[in-house]
Amino acid sequence: MTQPTIPRPMISLQSVSKRFGSFVAVDAATFDIAPGEFFSLLGPSGCGKTTLLRMIGGFERQSEGDILIDGESMGIRPPNQRPTNMVFQSYAIFPHLDIAENIAYGLVNRDLDKATIAKKVAQALEMVRLEGLGNRRTNQISGGQRQRVALARAIVCEPKVLLLDEPLGALDKKLREEMQIELRQLQKSLGITFIFVTHDQEEALSLSDRIAVMARGKVLQIDTATSLYERPNCREVAGFIGNMNFFEGRIASIANGVAAVEIGPGQHVRVSAGSGSAPGQAAIVAVRPEKIDAGATQPQGNGAATANVIKARALAGSYLGDRSLVLAEWREGTAPISVSLQNRKTLATASPGSIAGTDSVATGAPIWITWPIEAGVLLNS
Amino acid sequence: MNTQTATNPAVGDAALSARPEWLDGLWLIVPTLLIVIGMMVVPLVGIVVVSFWTQTGFNIEATWTLDNYRVLFTPEGALYRILIVKSLWMSLTATIAVVLLAYPMAYFMAFRIERAKLIWIILLTVPFWTSYLLRIFAWKVILGFNGVINSGLKAVGLIDKPLEFLLYNPTSVTITLAHAWAAYAVLPIYVSLEKIDRSYLEAATDLGDSKWKRFWRITFPLSLPGTIAAILLVFIPTVGDYITPTLVGGTSGIMIGNSIVTQFGKANNAPLGAALSCIMMLAITLAVCAFLAAIGRKRLKAADL
Repeated sequence: MTQPTIPRPMISLQSVSKRFGSFVAVDAATFDIAPGEFFSLLGPSGCGKTTLLRMIGGFERQSEGDILIDGESMGIRPPNQRPTNMVFQSYAIFPHLDIAENIAYGLVNRDLDKATIAKKVAQALEMVRLEGLGNRRTNQISGGQRQRVALARAIVCEPKVLLLDEPLGALDKKLREEMQIELRQLQKSLGITFIFVTHDQEEALSLSDRIAVMARGKVLQIDTATSLYERPNCREVAGFIGNMNFFEGRIASIANGVAAVEIGPGQHVRVSAGSGSAPGQAAIVAVRPEKIDAGATQPQGNGAATANVIKARALAGSYLGDRSLVLAEWREGTAPISVSLQNRKTLATASPGSIAGTDSVATGAPIWITWPIEAGVLLNS
Repeated sequence: MNTQTATNPAVGDAALSARPEWLDGLWLIVPTLLIVIGMMVVPLVGIVVVSFWTQTGFNIEATWTLDNYRVLFTPEGALYRILIVKSLWMSLTATIAVVLLAYPMAYFMAFRIERAKLIWIILLTVPFWTSYLLRIFAWKVILGFNGVINSGLKAVGLIDKPLEFLLYNPTSVTITLAHAWAAYAVLPIYVSLEKIDRSYLEAATDLGDSKWKRFWRITFPLSLPGTIAAILLVFIPTVGDYITPTLVGGTSGIMIGNSIVTQFGKANNAPLGAALSCIMMLAITLAVCAFLAAIGRKRLKAADL
């Protein structure tokens, strides 16, 4: 796992591990986060992302390794002595204090006079659009507002790094999407480094500058959203982010940086090969459903779009409005190919009897699956 | 209500469904209500009524008079006034001691014990497996003239003759009360500490609090409901206690409860005893109100009381 070195990282993790007994929650995490970056830790529950975040915040002590924040070793420093603030998953809004007192909580610990604190609290309330609610009790505001209070309470302390532990998880979908936009704008305007933990891949993709995908305590890949989606480095990342078709096989030959992979008897698909690949290796070709085209007739000619052709049988189709999903079986005993087709045409133009949204694909009928060379990704198996 | 009955005849007659909602669970509290009325309200009213009557010889004369109360404001009544103030003071001291003892215990159970909390709660009740009297006697054995402390100090040669100030004075009563009631205070404090969301504590630390500061800004305010309950639970019954002062208080350690018992018993003046009881109740009520007022409305509301 290589990554560009960051000249002056805000956060530098140096083989940070956390073990609970014999269970390894985080396994030698080593990476840097740049100042002002919106960085997400993404992974299924139990992958160690929250543990890693809590170690950065000082709530868990790492078993090994060190964490540097702005060049300073954190060692086993407690949370109150770190330049970080956390937005908790449960928000942890103090119930015995009102909204303004909650936001002022961290400021009271500094040598600030009352007027300054009041001014900063008012600014923070304005920033999260809660003006005039300072005197409300915590049980008098909605979930989204509580979320904003938690955010304001942390940001008002002007941390170098803001840690967010699935902060949008408790909100309903619409509110979550609104908050995502607000969060991103806030981060851009403040320039604070955000470390954002989530299990929601769409959230991570839309918000982050870079994302670290984790599984079983390991950091699998750190990259931008587009790179993670377009160029996953392993089957796990490819499968976790979005949908993916996998074709297992063996590299038959490599010519001009293009590998021909035999995925079935006599069935080859071509894909760009990296320097590490050699003929004879077992490999997986991964293709996104929306990068595949499907048609009821065999494609003619040797166009780039039809560099790879697989003949299959349409199993089922489902109409999803903006697109249609077609499942096609190309070989007994392997997972069907999933094809996502944009519904650009109106239904009136489709042939009768075809799967809704497709031009002429009928259930049970032959279907030709095609995709260009650059749509596939070659993965080690 | 009528429409509901009409659309759903199985529910019953209109009279039943017209019953106000607050009456719904009433039958559940009927047994308790009967006991409270029979065992508490009736005797209480009796005491209040008797306090306005007069004792003549062996009979109680049922003519209304304020004499029993008037006595308390004459020079002869000075003893009672002193006893009431002294009782409140001793109970207050004992209550403070109890909370200071119980709070760390409750804190330990809530925050330091992670497994088998039930065992610790059971251990807490172990002293209650012996009778209250035995526990007070135990203090007599500890503090007595030839008791554990005196003979111990004598044995190591620190004193020549037994210390006399250990037993039969207000301090010995306070010590005994504090010990006897400590366990009662642990439970409510424990419950309110246990209820505190641990993320509040993490958030406070995250926002820069040291452990000490965090305790006073988060833990203590959030444990107020239990702490206030513990204070009332100990203070109210101990003001009227008369067994402990009888056994370990001597002449200087008697409390208002002792003199009430005397009036109902040896002195054979039930109306005066009843009047003293009423005054004591009033004094406790005022003390509790003053206490709650001192805590303040805002904090009580914040503590969800």
